[in-house]
Formats: sequence, structure tokens, C-alpha cells
Amino acid sequence: MEELWLQAVSILAATLRTATPLVFCAMAGMFSERSGIIDIGLEGKMLAGAFAAACLAVVTGSAWLALLGAVLVGVLMALLHGLACITYRGNQVVSGVAINIMAAGLTVVLGNAWFGRGGQTPDLAPEARFMPFKILSRESAYEIPILGPLYAFVIGGHNLLVYVAFATVPVAWWVLYHTRFGLRLRAVGEDPKVVDTAGISVAWLRYRAVIIAGLLCGFAGAYLAIAQNAGFSPHMTAGRGFIALAAMVFGKWRPWPAMFACLLFGLLDAIAIRLQGVILPGIGQVPVEAIQALPYILTVVLLAGFVGRAMAPHALGQPYVKER
Amino acid sequence: MKTLMQAAFAAGAFCLAASTALADPAVVYDAGGKFDKSFNEAAYNGIEKFKAETGTSYLEFEVQADAQREQAFRKMAQRGADPIIGIGFSQESAIKKVAAEFPNIRFAIIDSVVDLPNVQSIVFKEQEGSYLVGVLAALASKTGKVGFVGGMDIPLISRFQCGYAQGAKAANPNVEVIGNMTGTTPAAWNDPTRGAELAKGQFDRGVDVVFAAAGGTGTGVYQAAKDAGKLAIGVDSNQNHLQPGTMLTSMLKRVDVAVYESAKAAKEGNWKPGVTVLGLKEGGVDWALDEHNKSLITDDMKTKVEAAKADIVSGKVAVHDYMSDNSCPM
Repeated sequence: MEELWLQAVSILAATLRTATPLVFCAMAGMFSERSGIIDIGLEGKMLAGAFAAACLAVVTGSAWLALLGAVLVGVLMALLHGLACITYRGNQVVSGVAINIMAAGLTVVLGNAWFGRGGQTPDLAPEARFMPFKILSRESAYEIPILGPLYAFVIGGHNLLVYVAFATVPVAWWVLYHTRFGLRLRAVGEDPKVVDTAGISVAWLRYRAVIIAGLLCGFAGAYLAIAQNAGFSPHMTAGRGFIALAAMVFGKWRPWPAMFACLLFGLLDAIAIRLQGVILPGIGQVPVEAIQALPYILTVVLLAGFVGRAMAPHALGQPYVKER
Repeated sequence: MKTLMQAAFAAGAFCLAASTALADPAVVYDAGGKFDKSFNEAAYNGIEKFKAETGTSYLEFEVQADAQREQAFRKMAQRGADPIIGIGFSQESAIKKVAAEFPNIRFAIIDSVVDLPNVQSIVFKEQEGSYLVGVLAALASKTGKVGFVGGMDIPLISRFQCGYAQGAKAANPNVEVIGNMTGTTPAAWNDPTRGAELAKGQFDRGVDVVFAAAGGTGTGVYQAAKDAGKLAIGVDSNQNHLQPGTMLTSMLKRVDVAVYESAKAAKEGNWKPGVTVLGLKEGGVDWALDEHNKSLITDDMKTKVEAAKADIVSGKVAVHDYMSDNSCPM
């Protein structure tokens, strides 16, 4: 029984770790899309942020400067997206795909030119990373039954950015539903004409939304490169930006449901890792392939069967043209 | 316009002339990439050694997607490279096809066998080297649980795992071996994040020594071991220097020697096709002891692992090869 509980605790802790970049990106996507700008480029912004964080951590040795750099690069990429989609009214999906491809290529090329390690950055020292807080040692945690491990590994024992990620959710909820900016942001995603008639700049509102998205993607990238791992490796985001996008749609563009969707994806991933090689009673050993497909199968099933109609912001993907 | 055309023709002719004059070796790396600090990097070190010693330059290609493999080999053959060395079992079908098209060019493949008159196949007895690090893992473990993180789920990696398990059980019959594979596609060779997560999962289950045979994914495993204060075992190259203090040892697979010997033999004219099997006896696999891990290896551990090595070399202990029957007795 105790063994089982420790397993559950370990899965929960892994869930939080794997869900963290998803939560950042899902919130980023939510701000952008609630303002009417489709954000396929979450993946690219996160990757560029991860690369910037790793490079700055190598050069400066400071995790905080690295985080700042990641956020700046994320915002710059977001401004590029904004320039194409808001100012020049380009196709938002095409611009997002371009950002993804650009980030995937540039990070490897620049990494190779600067460090000459096939796109990887040198390994980082602990001072240049966000390390987990150790609030209880493993031994003393086991001494307190049930609650000890839960406190030590699920509530505590993570790095700073994990807590920041989960703190962004209530903040995003508050901004979106309880501030004037949030109200206008939601309005501009539903019907920009109304906002414009009220004398508020549609472009500036949307720019602010994509800047917030870029900032949050920068956090996600920094988490991957200097908190969860110790350095950048090519294509290290491995599709997490798209999973986050799916989680956001899954959560119907709302902060709390989106966060729970991210946690569900994280949980499935954590379970998939631990199910490998385990012999299940009555089934036998489950093939690795089947376990790895599990999160995706469940996504399709849940999207098709349980979520119902996904209600996107009404003006999503439409560039706003002011009537003359 | 006309001068431009002429210039283009001249440039084309020059390229053609340059390519026919070439008889340098070529290396085609696998999906992990040249700087995976492991398998491919060993090949890179081998060919670099060849370059430094002979002054001969070489061509190289890093495969990014499966579709590029055949093109890469054909391109190298068309440019007149000789011999062309393919790193990794995934190159098998591409070499089989391209080597048949260019019977006058010599090819070599590491980790797989291609039965053609112009192909040299070099395979290793990974199970023997893994057996030795398994012995060390079981001796170093305080919890009696040792872990294994494989890259792509293929028989070759199961061979590592099986040898490792046999060694661990030989040193301590009560030891428990927990194994995970990173994935089922070549991307599994380069996913440190997932490697770290797998290692953390094993540590949570009580593992305190983990062996990663996973190419670039391994760096994540070693990092996780360091962060958690556990021990890790490297693979292919000597990876002890990556995380000094928590790297127990590395299972050496001398891909560097194989690549170097193949290129050198071709240059000196004593290159032979056929299958070469490199085991402990031939020095093709081994365990690593250097200044980074000597504090972790006690005299007792050293004596026991050297005894195991002598037993394998003399044939007293036969390590079961997973690939001989696709099953592991453990």
C-alpha cells in the first residue's frame, strides 16, 4: 500500500514537471487567441526562448539574466508575428508556421556557429540554473507517513519556474475576467468593430496580447533549457507548443480548464513513462508503442466525445480592417 | 547573359573535376548527431584521429531524417568518396542499396551486417561490455535496485540491457533491474528531457545506479543523476568527464577505433570486406576508469570486475546475446 502511494506521489510530481511548459504556453496562446490572433507559433517562440536562455546562462552564468533574455527573445518573435498579422494583416497561420520554422533553423545554425557542438550549448553549472528547492530530505520525508512524501515531492521539491507557471493561471484568470484590459481583450477577439467604435485601438490591444504571449513563451523556454535540463539541444521543445495549443482548445480558451488539460497531458506522459516494462495483471507487458500513443489516443477520444463543441473567439484569425 | 552562362558552365566543370579527383573517406552519422557525446561522437573522434595522422581530409553528413540516408550515401559515392562509413544500424538498407549501385566504392557499416563484396561490417559484442558495467552497478548500489535507460526500442539496445542485467545478477543475485526505453523512433536518440524524466521515475522507484544506452538522450539521464545525487553509467564514448563525481563508469564501445582502422586500412590498401566482430577479447568493448571516477570505484569493485572480464575473455563465462534469439534469460 505504501509502495503504491509512493508511486502515485512520484507520478504526481512528474505530472507537475511535465505540465509546466504546457501551462505557460497554454496561457500564452489563450491571451493571443482571445484577442483574435491565432498562435501556431508557440512552439517556435518557446524554442527561441530556450535557446536564448541557454546561451545567456553560458555567457553570464546567471539564471536571472538568462530568464530575462528568454523573455526578450520571446517578445521579439511575438512582435514579428504581430507585425505580420496585425499591422500588415497577413495570414496568421502562415506567420505562425514561419516563426516555428525560423526558430527551429536559427537556433541550430547559431548554436553551431557559436559553440560548435552540433547545436547544443555547453552544460550549465547549478548556479546558472533554477534548481529545485529542497524543503525536506528524502529520508526525513519518508519518516512522516502519507503526508511526508506528498509535501516533499508534490508540493515542494520543484524549481521556481514550476510555481511561477501555476501562479500565472489565477493571474491570467483575474486579468481576463476582472480587469478593464481583460474585458476589452475578450471583446476584441469577439467583435473588433465594437471595440473600435468605442474609441479603443484594436491594433494596440492585439499587440499587447501577443506581447504577453511572447513573454510567457519565453518563460516556458527558460524552464526547458535552464531549469528542467542543463542546456539547449536542437528541437528540444519536441512538439510541446502544439500540445499546449491542443490543451488550450481543450479548455475552451479559459484559464482554469486549460490548466487542467495541461495537467492531464502531463499526467498521461508521466504514467506512460512509468507503465513501460511493467507487467499489468491480465494484460501482460504492454508494448512501448501502445503506451506512447496513449496520450494522443485519449486526446482524440476526449476531444470527440467529452468536450463538445469548441467555441473559439468569434473574430479569431480575421485581420481587422478599419472602415473608412 | 552569355558570360554568365559561361561562368556557370566553367564553375560546373570545375566542381566535376574536383569531385572525380577525390578519394577521401566519408562518414555518415546517425540521427543523434555528430556531437551526441556518445556513439556518433566516438565515430567523429575516430575519423578526426585519422585526419590528424594522415593529413587526409574527409567528407561528412549528419542525417536529420530517414529519407536523407540513401541520398547521403549516393551523394558521397557520386563525389567519389572512398571508403564511405555509415554509423549506426539504421544505415543498413541505404548502404545495401547504394553499395550495390557503386560496386567499385568501398563501404563500411557500424552496428549492422550488409552482405556485399564491397561492404565491411563491423559489429560489437555490446553484451560483454554491458555485463561489466552491470557488475559495477550492482556492487555500487546500496538499495539493490539498478536502472537502465535505452534509446530507441530495438534489439540492439535490448542487447545492452540484457548484458547489463546478467552482469548485475552475477554480482548480486538479489538485485532488481528496472529498464525503460525512451521511444520507438530515431528521435529517441536525442531527447534529454525525456531521458531525465525516465531517470527520475526510476530514482523514485528506489534505483540508485542508472545505465543509459541512449546516445544524446543520455546527457539528460546523467544530469538527472547528478541533480538527485545518484550514480550514472555512460555509454559508447568515455563519458565520465560529463558529470565528474556521479558518473560511476562508462561502457566503452570503440567505434572510434573501428572507424579509424577502416579508413586507415583503405588508405594503406589492406582493407577487407566481410564481418568483423569486436568483443572484450578484441578490445572492442570495455569499461572506463579515469581520474573522474577513480574515487567511486573501490579496490574490491575493481578486483571483481577485472575477474569478470578475465572470465569472459577466457570463455569461462558466456554472456547471452539478446539478438541471437530475441529473448533475455533474466
